[in-house]
Amino acid sequence: MKKTSIKAKELSASSRIAGFDEVVSCYTEEEALSEAKRCLQCKDPTCIAGCPVEIDIKKFIVQITRKDYKGAYFTIREKNNFPSICGRVCPAEYQCRKTCVLTKKGSPFASEKAIDIHFLERFAGDWGMKHCSPQFNVVEGRVPARGKLKSAKVAVVGSGPAGLCCAGELARHGVKVVIFETLHAPGGVLRYGIPPFRLPRDVLDFEINYLKKLGVEIVPNFVVGKIKSLDELFAEGFSAVFLGLGAGAPSFMGIPGENLCNIYSANEFLTRVNLMGAYKFPEYHTPVNIGKKTIVIGGGNTAMDAARVALRLQRLNNIKPNVNIFYRRTENEMPARKPEIEHAKEEGINFRFLVQPAEFIGDKEGYVKKIRCLACKLGEPDSSGRRRPLPIKGSEFEESCDIAIIAVGLKANQVLTGVTPRLTLDKYKDIKVNPQTMETSMRCVYAGGDIVGGEGTVIEAMGMAKKAAAAIIAKLA
Amino acid sequence: MKIVKKVVLAQIRDTRITKIEMHAPLIAAKVKAGQFVVLMVEEKGERIPLTVVDTDKDKGIITLIFQELGLTTKLLGKLNARNALYAVVGPMGHPTEIKNYGKVILVGGGVGIAEIYPVAKAFKNAGNHIVTIIGARTKGLLILEDELKTISDELHVVTDDASYGKKGFTTDVLKELLVKDKYNLVYAVGPIPMMRKVSSLTKDFNVKTLVSLNALMVDASGMCGCCRVSINNEVKFSCVDGPEFDAHSVDWEELEKRNKIYEKKEKEICKLYPVR
Repeated sequence: MKKTSIKAKELSASSRIAGFDEVVSCYTEEEALSEAKRCLQCKDPTCIAGCPVEIDIKKFIVQITRKDYKGAYFTIREKNNFPSICGRVCPAEYQCRKTCVLTKKGSPFASEKAIDIHFLERFAGDWGMKHCSPQFNVVEGRVPARGKLKSAKVAVVGSGPAGLCCAGELARHGVKVVIFETLHAPGGVLRYGIPPFRLPRDVLDFEINYLKKLGVEIVPNFVVGKIKSLDELFAEGFSAVFLGLGAGAPSFMGIPGENLCNIYSANEFLTRVNLMGAYKFPEYHTPVNIGKKTIVIGGGNTAMDAARVALRLQRLNNIKPNVNIFYRRTENEMPARKPEIEHAKEEGINFRFLVQPAEFIGDKEGYVKKIRCLACKLGEPDSSGRRRPLPIKGSEFEESCDIAIIAVGLKANQVLTGVTPRLTLDKYKDIKVNPQTMETSMRCVYAGGDIVGGEGTVIEAMGMAKKAAAAIIAKLA
Repeated sequence: MKIVKKVVLAQIRDTRITKIEMHAPLIAAKVKAGQFVVLMVEEKGERIPLTVVDTDKDKGIITLIFQELGLTTKLLGKLNARNALYAVVGPMGHPTEIKNYGKVILVGGGVGIAEIYPVAKAFKNAGNHIVTIIGARTKGLLILEDELKTISDELHVVTDDASYGKKGFTTDVLKELLVKDKYNLVYAVGPIPMMRKVSSLTKDFNVKTLVSLNALMVDASGMCGCCRVSINNEVKFSCVDGPEFDAHSVDWEELEKRNKIYEKKEKEICKLYPVR
């Protein structure tokens, strides 16, 4: 048995930055087989507890070793409606791979030896995407509808990871589901946030089409809270509502000069490129400005995505790539996934640690030209458990830039909650739920994803959505 | 979202102001004065916000009026009855607070005249005394004069070139009115320099003033922050916190600069797609 896990192949950094092609390849059959064979098939597998949707990891891996790829595909689908998405975007190193028995107990993230469960999941998912016709998929995945569920109708608000997952679960149990989405295309953050080089659009479209084949209706261009209130949805015959609203409002730092031209929130920058196709301007009509020197502020996955998109835009426009990530703490405290940090470094993105922006300075037309920062040192751990950055007096310095992207986190979007006073919110304006059922303060209204408890991962959102779907099924049956 | 009717309201050489009526029953049922929709003409198009100018709830129709300035509005102006738009979503933004303020002056400049129309109507219905000032570059570009005449207690028309009404700017008339009489509210929509001038005038006369800002937007649901404006030095999003704000609190210089971010790209794309 190989000691360390088999790495999936990747496009070379120099070729991948010339476009938006997917960076990480799918395992070949040989790679999948040898990685699957490394699995110890523990009697009491610890990996499953690390998965927010409790995929039977042991079973699907053994199915791969037997070349029963279809079996593996449906083993995953039983718990996770989106194997090809999660196999790509799950931070497995903090989840299933971390609890894999091959990772030392107490380690903060997965060891090199841990089974590459997410690559195997993706292999099975992509196999299914290629080999299972959508119709055949649906029959295999469906649970016969029981009793009252057959006539029940549920509204899902938002088509991001939580909404899609909840809709899929309900539809699989024979419940009629209508998803309402504000934007013109479904997918939420999977479409506007995550760039195609991490999650190709055909993968996203396949998984969404699968839901449609299950009978889920998706209504785009529909703002619940503006066109219809929750009460109106109930009056129109919906028996329950699931709110997967996301953490849809970008945070800014509140420093002088933040509204200068060419300073973007990461959400705006990524939405222009990923959702609106600005990287294909002028074929697509939405513009985005591309600078000679871009500074991205933040240390999460969104910051990595924004930086890597900015670099590609420069490269595509024959500008010498110059993208810099400024982060207040050090690499150890960065919330971004390790592989994404590595990818960003390989692609030539510069990292500046322990710097805190203090001001943006512009020219007389109002365009950003410089950023003024303070150097930091690390102090005692804060409430997040990470060491707090402390700005050092007198350490000010300036750095030139003509594009700045702010990726310092998101807040709750209040378009719906602001007009629905019966929904109890916490101090962050997130929706309060019963953690067992995900039911909100309003009867038959459930919530999950980033609008509950703030920013999390795709799979955590799906975990909440599944819990809510189970509670909705129990209530309606 | 099918267009049921299109009318070119004004045209002089390159400048064209167009009205479309569109079948959008869900929006028509809910939209209130001051709110807007976001639309995409085609799949590869931009998302742009446009104020809803009129509504026929029974027929499920909304009316939009726009000047064909950038590529998207030019493409929109090319559509005809029975053509459908790729996407329309709304109503977005907060509606205007409609109540009896007393004596109200509405100021509309250029295509901004269209945007004061629904508000003027709602103010009138709420029992306000309505004085309306509308202005255009020249007579041929003046819109909605008759419509506004019927709902206004007093209507003043100005043109920059004296081709119709009084010669001058809307703010000239506004100043005369404010000198002569006391008013409770001024509501203004038009080019940023006009709204800015209105704001500084009414500040001197200490009259509460509302403006509807035309900040650039993408999603228009509070998700991206493209439309952020400084209101009393605090960051607000025009799409979900506005589009109306107290004129005296707006950082006009910032808004004016931010609205020019894509001027170069707009020129570039308009050259590539000669629409007319």
